[in-house]
Formats: sequence, structure tokens, C-alpha cells
Amino acid sequence: MTRYRRRQFANALTLGASVVVTALGIVILLSILTTLVTYGISALTPALFTEMTPPPGSAGGLLNAIVGSLLITGIAIAIGAPVGILAGTFLAEYGSGSRFTDITRFVSDILLSAPSILIGLFVFEVAVVTVGHFSAWAGALALAIIAVPVVLRTTEDMLRLVPNDLREAAAALGAPRWKVVVMICFRAVRAGIVTGVLLAFARISGETAPLLFTALNNQFWSTNLNAPMANLPVVIFQFAMSPYDDWRRLAWAGALLTTAAILGLSILARALLSTPKDTRS
Amino acid sequence: MTALDTTGLAPPRGFRAQEAADQAFRGVTFFAAAIVLLTLVGILAALAWGSVPAFRAFHFTFFIRQVWNPVTVQFGALAPIYGTLVTSAIALLLGVPVSFGIAIFLTELAPEWMRRPIGTAIELLAAIPSIIYGMWGLFVFAPYFANHLEPWMTAHLGGIPFVGALFRGPPLGIGMLTAGVILAVMIVPFISAIMRDVFLTVPAVMRESAFSIGATTSEVVWNIVLPYTRTSVIGAVMLGLGRALGETMAVTFVIGNAHKIHASLFMPGATISSTIANEFTEAVGDVYYSSLIALGLTLFIVTVVVLGLAKLMLRRLDYRLR
Repeated sequence: MTRYRRRQFANALTLGASVVVTALGIVILLSILTTLVTYGISALTPALFTEMTPPPGSAGGLLNAIVGSLLITGIAIAIGAPVGILAGTFLAEYGSGSRFTDITRFVSDILLSAPSILIGLFVFEVAVVTVGHFSAWAGALALAIIAVPVVLRTTEDMLRLVPNDLREAAAALGAPRWKVVVMICFRAVRAGIVTGVLLAFARISGETAPLLFTALNNQFWSTNLNAPMANLPVVIFQFAMSPYDDWRRLAWAGALLTTAAILGLSILARALLSTPKDTRS
Repeated sequence: MTALDTTGLAPPRGFRAQEAADQAFRGVTFFAAAIVLLTLVGILAALAWGSVPAFRAFHFTFFIRQVWNPVTVQFGALAPIYGTLVTSAIALLLGVPVSFGIAIFLTELAPEWMRRPIGTAIELLAAIPSIIYGMWGLFVFAPYFANHLEPWMTAHLGGIPFVGALFRGPPLGIGMLTAGVILAVMIVPFISAIMRDVFLTVPAVMRESAFSIGATTSEVVWNIVLPYTRTSVIGAVMLGLGRALGETMAVTFVIGNAHKIHASLFMPGATISSTIANEFTEAVGDVYYSSLIALGLTLFIVTVVVLGLAKLMLRRLDYRLR
């Protein structure tokens, strides 16, 4: 009986520990979210969306940073998504089993988790040093490089789910390969590809490190893509690290906005994927 | 029997155009895939090229010198490398057991209705940008740490021989230990989500046979699930390590940016990525720039190796999921 007791005890210990750490994890994560919401909500004012980032010690908004962020991430997605989709298409449709495909997939997965600050360094050397100044273009390029592996991965995974019967049926009707891919496969996995793009969008919306020395920052309103541009993550970083209360408040507001956007996008992406597959109508 | 004579037959109308379109489409997709490959090569080449002046100035002593002085133009990577390794080690030490516990909870313990919400919550938390974790670390965790946990640690752990030195020092709130804790918080959602997926690959029949001969849940976890998924579990941990090594913003907020190696974990330090983030835009002079890029090159090579190993270990999972 003692042996039985000992086993029961070991079981209770393992399971108890597992419940405790899960609770701990949830408490910490709730603490992060409540901090974000409490600090953020109190700083959420209409001025946020109508005024520019202020000089230290005065009130203002985040308009230029919000617009800058939208522009930079928008361009990044416009560059990154097509590359990712096409590359994923090659891996799934043309390159099956070849060494090139295996290596590319491997490299893409590594880029997926590689430190984003190094991508910033790379773009700095390629697109800032050569041009001679920081620019929104450089920031967008850095974010595009981060977006590509995300889109690639989802696209490839989704295309691999398309049953071969569909491809063969189309080919039997005389459709050339590119039509099979574009008109049959892409349509079948449309929701999946959109999900990948949304996830990439969510991923790059909060990236700060690669923008630090590419898009830099700009205290003023600017839509000149060839010059430094304000953007939310870098503004949040700069304002949060500052000793000024006004700036810190704005940082929290920006953080709340960014997080809300990212969580919204992620949830939307999930919802898209879980809808039943009758999107072909 | 004569072969069918097709010499007089033209291919169907539009055939050549379609064939050309086919070639073009394939070419475009191939080009896109090649871009991905070239990006990695490009990063490596650009970083290597950029770090030439630093290595020319310091040779391999760059890696073993602690000095970091922009005024005298002397740079060594030892302090940031030490900081990166120590903070990542703390993150794994704290984060892996917690992730493991969460994964067990989600696969073995939680009632069915809890699994999806908690699982989704954890995956969503992995999507929160690191700058948010950094702000939480700086404004919420660091003050709490300085006022409550650090004095407690000094009082209770500071007296232990050898190890005690790690926990003695001024309770500043920001420093290596704080950075390690924040990193742990960041990698937990990440590792536990993968571990859960890994645990779910264990065939039900193996689990059930163990239960049927009277094994307890904990015995099933330790003797069936863990041995079966060992490689992938290590892969998940390495993936977390890859994240921790390169994590920038969260660490930059709380580490204090000091290029000095202290025995105490309470003291400010620097990691490779925080050094680059803090100093790159302010760096003047070729050697200073180049030293920062050389730090980046070091980090890049280390993370690529770690992530590559992680991918190889998780390969089994990829096959099984499909």
C-alpha cells in the first residue's frame, strides 16, 4: 500500500505543479493585458487621432505615427505578400521533393524566427548606407523581409491540402499548369492565403527593432517615403523610455492601439480559417 | 502498322502561348523562392562585409575582450555575449518547466471545454509584440522586483556559497535577472504551444495501454509521452532559445545597457541585440559601426545554428502533422 501511496503522491505532485504553473502563466499574462488596458484607456483621447507627436512636455497625439505605420506596413505587405505567395506556390506546386525546395523551406523557417534586429541591420547596409539617408522605403523593405516567410509558410501548407484530384480534373480538361494553379488551387485555398497575409500583417505591425535604423522616426507629419517617417513602434519605444509623463502616456496609448490591432488581426485570421470550406460558391 | 503521322498537324490554337505562359509562371514563382534563399545569403554577406573593419582592428580578441569604449575606439564583445548567454539561460531555466507544465495541463489535465480557449489564449499571447512585454517589464515588473523579490532573494539566497554572489547587489529592478525573467515570460507561450502540439502526436493507443495497466497520469507523462516526443521537445526548447537569444526590444527596456560583467545578476548588463538597438544610430566612426555589425554577425551565426538544429529536431513533427 505504501508503494501505491507513493505513486499517488508523485502523481498529485506532477499534476499539481502543472496546474500551478498554468495559473501562474495566466496571472502574468493577465497582468500584462490589464496593465496595457488600464494605462492605455486613460490615454485614449480623440486628440490621439488628430494631433501630431508633441515635443517633450506637452500634450499631443499620434496621428503622424499612426499614418506612418499604416503606410510602412501597407507597403511592406504589398511587397512581401506576392513574393511569399509565389514562393510558397513554387515550393508546393513545382518544387516538390527537390533539394532546392528543401533548402528554401528550411531557410524560410529560419528567417521566420531570426532576430528581426539583424534584418534591420541588413537593410540598413543595403538600403540606407547606399542611398545615404534613412527612409520609409527602407523600413518597408525590412518589414517585407519579415513578412515573406510567414506568407510563404501558410501558402505552402494550404496548397498541400488541395487534393490532387482537383488538379488532375482541371488538367484533363486541357487547362495549362498555370491556370490550374491560379484558377483552381488558389481559389480553393483563398481563405488560407488571406489568413497568411493577415498573420504577416499582424506580425510586422508590432516589429520595432528593424525600424529603428531604417525608417527611423520623424516628429512631424510626413508622407514622403524617401525620408524618415514616424511609426508607432519606434514612437512607443522612444516615448516609453523618456522621463516625460506626457510622452509615456502616449506610449501606452500607442501600445494599446497596436496590440488591439494585432489581436484583432490574429482573431480575424483564425476565424477565416475555421469557417467551413464552402467558399467556392 | 505505321506510326501516326503528326508532321502536318499544327498544335491546337493558342497552345504555344499557353506553354509560354506556363514557363513564365513557373519562372516567376521560382524567382520568388530564390529571393528567400538569397535573403539569407545576403544578410550573411552584408553582415560579414560590414564587420571587416572591426575584425581588422581587433582580430579574434574581439570576442574575448570586455572593453567597450567609443572614446578610445576599443571594442570587445565579451560583455554582450555574456549578457546574451546569461539572460537566455535564465529564460530557459524559468520558461521551460513552466511551458512543460502548461503543455501537460492542456493535453492531460484540462477538461475538454477549457482546452481550446486556453490554447488559443496562449497562441494569441505569442503574437503580442515584444515592445509590450518590455513596457510591462519596465513599468510593472521591475518596480515590483526591486521592492519585493530582490531583497527577499538577497536575504535568502545571498548567503549560499558560490551561488549567493549571483543574488547579492543593489535592488535596482533593472538588470540581467529582470531581462531573463521577461524573456522567460515571452518564450513561454511560444514553447508551450509547440510542446502541446508535440504531445498531441503521441498515439492514443500508447497512452491508453499505459493507463490500462494501471499507470498514473504522471507516469504516463514521464514514461510514455516524454520519451516518445523527446527529440521534438528539445527542438521546441531550442526554438525558444533562438527567440530568446535574438529578442531585442523587451530586453532593451529592462537590461540597463552596461558593458561590464558583474557577478551579481541584479546589476545592469547588455545583450548583443540591446547593444545594437541602443547604440547603432548614435555610433560614429567606422570601427564603432563595424563592431556593432560584428556583434550582429555573431548573433546571426549563433541563432541560425540554434534554429537550424531546432528545425531538424522538429522535422518529425512536421511530417506527422501532415
